[in-house]
Amino acid sequence: MKPIHLFFSLCFLFLIYTLSIYLTPLTVAKMSTIDSEKAVSGRIVWQKYNCQSCHQLYGLGGYLGPDLTNVVSNPKKGERMIKQILKYGVKQMPCYNMPNDDYKCLIEFLKSVDASGLADPRKYTISKTGMINQK
Amino acid sequence: MKRTNLSIGKLFLLTALVMLLLGLIFGVLSTISYLVPDFLKDTLGFTTLRPLHVSSAVFWIILGATGCVYCCLQFYTDKELSNFADLTQWVLWIIALAGIFNSYFTKSFGGREYWEFNPIWALPITIAWIIFLVNFVKISKKIKDWPVYIWMWLTGIIFFLFTFIENYLWIFSYFREHFVTDMTIQWKVNGSLVGSWNQILYGTAFFLMDKFENNKHVGRSKLAFGMFFLGLFNLMFNWGHHIYTLPTEQYIRYVGYIVSMTEWIFFVRILYTWKQTVSDVQKHYHYFPYRFIIAADIWVFINMGQAILMSIPAINLYTHGTHITVSHAMGTTIGINSMIIFAACFEFFDFKRETSKIVTNLSTLSFWFLQFSLLIFWLSLIMAGIKKSIWQMSENQSSYSKMMVSLTPYFTTFFVAGLGLLISFTILAIVLIKTYWKNRFIIHLK
Ligand code: HEC
Ligand code: HEM
Repeated sequence: MKPIHLFFSLCFLFLIYTLSIYLTPLTVAKMSTIDSEKAVSGRIVWQKYNCQSCHQLYGLGGYLGPDLTNVVSNPKKGERMIKQILKYGVKQMPCYNMPNDDYKCLIEFLKSVDASGLADPRKYTISKTGMINQK
Repeated sequence: MKRTNLSIGKLFLLTALVMLLLGLIFGVLSTISYLVPDFLKDTLGFTTLRPLHVSSAVFWIILGATGCVYCCLQFYTDKELSNFADLTQWVLWIIALAGIFNSYFTKSFGGREYWEFNPIWALPITIAWIIFLVNFVKISKKIKDWPVYIWMWLTGIIFFLFTFIENYLWIFSYFREHFVTDMTIQWKVNGSLVGSWNQILYGTAFFLMDKFENNKHVGRSKLAFGMFFLGLFNLMFNWGHHIYTLPTEQYIRYVGYIVSMTEWIFFVRILYTWKQTVSDVQKHYHYFPYRFIIAADIWVFINMGQAILMSIPAINLYTHGTHITVSHAMGTTIGINSMIIFAACFEFFDFKRETSKIVTNLSTLSFWFLQFSLLIFWLSLIMAGIKKSIWQMSENQSSYSKMMVSLTPYFTTFFVAGLGLLISFTILAIVLIKTYWKNRFIIHLK
């Protein structure tokens, strides 16, 4: 096989793989407990204040602060604590006086993240193939 | 007026060196935030310093890679490469950089990890990259019987463009509506972007090896092409290893896992040719560009070993979300990418004409100080990561802040080693800039 043929075959496979990922949102049902319009804007709020420079979602992001994937549903933390922390800051985290709209969208976004699954590594099992799965 | 030899390639390399120096300073400053929580908190703070550091570091690599390709291509054409289009490409980059730094200093964020700036500044970068692609195709069309590195540059440039555009799909709410898919695409992008600049830089390393050895065999061997396709295959499909804990489609996680395991082939090959490498090192050690290529080779070996292990989900569960990931990110961008760009700079700025013994000795010393600092830097991050991992997995966790405070010794070591990197890189960069200046009137004829 000539290099150029192999190259195009791989590109073809790559495009199919990519397309299949782009189409996934069509196959998933929306969660009824979440105001998805607000959550979609909340993602932008998260970026606007650059929370990602210190916090992770599913272990991805900056590494100075804790992972926030399941902070909303944590009985010891939850919405009230988030409000307090945003108001006063903590350690390296500055305080954020954000407009109420931004705040509401941000919380809705964090709720949608929380509802998608668990990020705590203790909540996983390891299968024989070496793959991990949520308990 | 005397003509200088400032080509477009060198202009990009010089610009990249400036980004490196900025990146190092911002890196050291962001580490202070780890040790002194109130450091610059009300002004820049970690919120601004981290993006400043990471973006400068990434631009050092991308601009360096662009410079490398242009400098190498100069060997295939008699004409001066610098033309109006190249210069436009450079000017667009300068506009983007100005906008991005301004965006950070005024805290006008809006982008995502590594690209936190206002997305508008992605536009000049995209246009600059399209110009790069067009230029590259125009020149490479005239080359017959492509050696492997031309393939690597071409695929690197094409995939960077594709993925960089994909990087902004989140602008459409369709993609943001489903958080998990959105994250999947984000890490597909990050994985492939790194793969793309690796293609460009590994291509440069191949080119330099061909040049050092005065033979045209390395770049045309079957083995080289085999390695190229394996690299491309990984660029396209291995990124699933970033998101094993994300509840995304099962097949994506398995594809990432299985494809990542093909990297053992690279690893075994390095082991297999070890003896040859050692004898090559002894033969060419005195030659600076070669020395940096060898350093890159050794860091490839170390980082690849780490990366393949981290790509096994059962191990990734422990390392994910800790500073082990940071050690991998910086270990590869510094140990591999930066070493290759330095090799290219030493080659293309004609360091061998530099006869002064003091400068040669100083450069040798800095070279070793750099390798040593990097090793300590890398190990301290791994240690911090292991401790955090143990904390993450323990059933009755202490508070997050207590855990972070207990990592202070590792972060202090990290800071000191980072200063070592800053000092050694700065000396080497200044040597290079001075070398360029000294040789600026020497024009090589083909
Ligand atoms: C400069 C870094 C930084 C930025 C930016 C930042 N944080 Fe934090 N945040 C921290 C640190 C550090 C902590 C943990 C402090 C401690 O407990 O030691 C924290 C804690 C939190 C907590 C409590 C988590 C817990 O489990 O105890 C929440 C909630 C939070 N941040 C939300 C946010 C949001 C929302 C944003 C963006 C608007 C944000 N943070 C931006 C550094 C940051
Ligand atoms: C050529 C030199 C360097 C390059 C290419 C580089 C590259 C990077 C990259 C790509 C990241 C992102 C890592 C991730 O998100 O996983 C990063 C993060 C970081 N780097 Fe560097 N880096 C360099 C030098 C330094 C130096 C000298 C220091 C200072 C000690 C430093 C300190 C940091 C810090 C503190 C972070 C953020 C980690 C976090 O999120 O908590 N870097 N660097």
